[in-house]
Amino acid sequence: MPVTETSPIIATAPQSELRDDYLKTLRCMILSRTLEEKLGSLYRAGGRIVGGVYLGRGQEAFSAAAGIHLRWGKDIYGPLIRDQAGRIAYGEPVLDTMRTYLGAVTGPMRGRDGNIHRGQPQKGYMAMISHLGSLLSVVAGALFARRLQGRLGDTAGATSIGDGGTSTGAFHEGLNMAAVEKLPLVVSVANNQFAYSTPTSRQYACENLVDRAVGYGVAGHSVDGTDLLACMQVFRTAFENARAGQGPQMVVGRLLRLGGHGEHDDASYVPDIKKHEHEGRDCLIVAQRQVIELGWATATEIEDWHKNARREVDKAQAQASKEPTPDPYRENWHALSTPELVEGMNE
Amino acid sequence: MSITYLEAIREAQFEALRENPNVFLYGQDISTFGGAFKATKNLSREFPGRVFDAPISEDAMIGMAIGAAIEGARPIVEMQFADFSSVGFNQIVNQAATLFWRTNTTCPITIRLPSGGTPGSGPFHSQSMESIYAHYPGLVILSPATVEDAYWMLLESVKLDDPVIFCEHKFLYYHLKAEGFGEPMPIGKARIARPGRDATIVTYSAMLHESLRAAEELRIDGYEVEVVDLRSVKPMDTDTILASVARTGRLLAVGESFPWGGVTAEVIARVSSEAFHLLDAPPMRLNSKDTPIPYHPNLWKSHRPTTANISSALRQLLRY
Repeated sequence: MPVTETSPIIATAPQSELRDDYLKTLRCMILSRTLEEKLGSLYRAGGRIVGGVYLGRGQEAFSAAAGIHLRWGKDIYGPLIRDQAGRIAYGEPVLDTMRTYLGAVTGPMRGRDGNIHRGQPQKGYMAMISHLGSLLSVVAGALFARRLQGRLGDTAGATSIGDGGTSTGAFHEGLNMAAVEKLPLVVSVANNQFAYSTPTSRQYACENLVDRAVGYGVAGHSVDGTDLLACMQVFRTAFENARAGQGPQMVVGRLLRLGGHGEHDDASYVPDIKKHEHEGRDCLIVAQRQVIELGWATATEIEDWHKNARREVDKAQAQASKEPTPDPYRENWHALSTPELVEGMNE
Repeated sequence: MSITYLEAIREAQFEALRENPNVFLYGQDISTFGGAFKATKNLSREFPGRVFDAPISEDAMIGMAIGAAIEGARPIVEMQFADFSSVGFNQIVNQAATLFWRTNTTCPITIRLPSGGTPGSGPFHSQSMESIYAHYPGLVILSPATVEDAYWMLLESVKLDDPVIFCEHKFLYYHLKAEGFGEPMPIGKARIARPGRDATIVTYSAMLHESLRAAEELRIDGYEVEVVDLRSVKPMDTDTILASVARTGRLLAVGESFPWGGVTAEVIARVSSEAFHLLDAPPMRLNSKDTPIPYHPNLWKSHRPTTANISSALRQLLRY
C-alpha cells in the first residue's frame, strides 16, 4: 500500500455509518459559526473584547471533523487559531470561549492569556502559543509520556497547522520526531491558501503539501475541506489508523479562509476569483444542503439548530459579561509554581 | 573514593531514574553511546526503555519534554552543548517558561546544558547561556560549581515542578574531583566559598575556581577576599550577597559569559540600588570579552576571566 493515500476515500466508510457523527459535527459547525459571528460583532462594536479576534470561517467542516473524533478528557488535542469548531466538537464549553474573549477571570486563562491561546493542558487540551509549529512536538510528547507510563491504550492526539505554519522548522522537527516515535498523532493541515496575506506560491514550492507525507514517513490524506462528508470520512480513517498503531497521519484540507487573518484585517489581498473557485465555497452552506440531500435532516431542523445555537451563545455572553475581570492587586504575580523560589518572596 | 563532576551528573541521573519511574532521559546520542561526554554512560542498560536517543531537533526535543511533563513525566533533556539550546530557545522561553503562569499546569522538565569554554572548543561549543534564560520569567537557572552541587542540585532539579535550566560546566567535568557528595544545600541559596573581610567576589560555575585562586594570591599581599558562589543564578540569593558586601564594602562580580548585561550586571545592579551606602569603592565586574569565543587556546585564555586578571581587578578594587 502506498504511504500517501491520494485516491478518494469516499468508499472507506458507508455513509449511513457516519450519520450520527455527521449530524453532531454539523451542529458543532453551526454553534461555532454563531459564536464566531457574535465575537466578530462584539469586536466591531468595540470595547467588549480584550485583544484580537481570529475566526475560522470557512474552515469549520475541516476543523470539526477532526475534533469530533477526539474524546474530551481522554485524547490529546492541540488546536490552533482557526479551530473554534474543532474545540466545540472536542467538548470545550462555549462559556470558556466567551470568558476568555471577554477577559473574565473565571475563564481557563484567568486573564493571563487570551482568545485562541486558551486550553486546559491538565486535561489534555493544549494551550497554543503564537509560534507556529511548536505545538506539534508538545502533543507528541504527551502521547510519548502516556506510552512510557503504560497508559496509552487507544489514545490519539491531534493538532492543526495551516499552509504557512508548515514552513516552520518547528513543524518539520515535530513531525519528523513524531514519525520516528510512531505516535498516534493526526496532523490537520488546513491549506487555506493564505498565511495572513502571503499566498501559497510564496510559501512552498512543492505541488501539493500532502506529498511531503512520504518524506516524513507518515500517511498522507488529501481532502476537499469544504465538503463535510468527505472530511468526516477522511478523519475517521486517519484516527482509526492512528489508534491502530500506524503512526502519524497527515490530513491536508483544500479550502479558503473566508475572512481576514483576524477581524482587524479586511483580506483585500484575496483576489475575487478565489472566492468563486470550488475551495471558496462556504462549507456550512454546503453541509446544510448536503444533509438535506442525504435525507438526514430537514430545513426546519437546521433552523432549530441555529436557534438553539443563538440561545446558547447569548446565554454564555450574558453569563461571562457579569463575571469579574482580573484584579492586579489580587494577582500573585508568580511565574513559578514553587513559591520559595520566587524572587523577592523572602524580602 | 574520588568522584568527578561529570560522574556526579551521571550518578544524579541514575538516582533520579531509580527513585521515580516517571523520570526519563532524552537527548542526542545519550542511549547506548552514553552521550557526547558520557554523562549518561550505562544508564540505558541500567534503565531499559527510559533513555532515548533524540533526532537532531532541539526544538522538538524540548517541545516533546514539555508535552510529557504535562502528562506527569519528569524528563531530563540533554542538550549536547549549551550552545545548541538556541535552536530550542522558543520552546524553552515561550512554551516551558509560560506554561504554569498561563495555564496553572506545572512543567517539571530539567534541561541540562553542558556549558562554558574549554581549550579548542571555539565559538559554538563554548557558550554560557545562563543570562539569556535568566532574563525570562518562569525558569529556574542553576550553575553548580562543585561536585556536591552537581549531584544534589541535579537531583533536586528533577523533583522541582518548574522548568530548570541546569548549566553544568564542561571545564569542570574531568578536572574537578571530590571525595563524596557531602550534604545537600537548598536551591536558591548562595554559599560563602571562602570567608574574608576586605572585598567580596560574587561568582558562579567554573569562575568560582579561578576566583578562589585569585583570592589565595591576594592573601600573600595580606588581603582576605570573600568569595560567594551563587550556585543558583535565578533565583539569585541577594541577601547573602548584601550581607557579604556589608562585611567587606567592596564588590567584584565575575562571570564567564559575554559582558553585555547578564548575571554580573544583575549582581552589580542589586548591590548598587539596595546597598549603595555599604560600598567603599565603585563595584566592578569582569566577564569575557565582547567577541565570539575564540578557537585557539592562546586566544581563548585571554578571552575569559582568569586567575591573573581577577587578581589584577581585585588589586584595583582594593586600591580605590
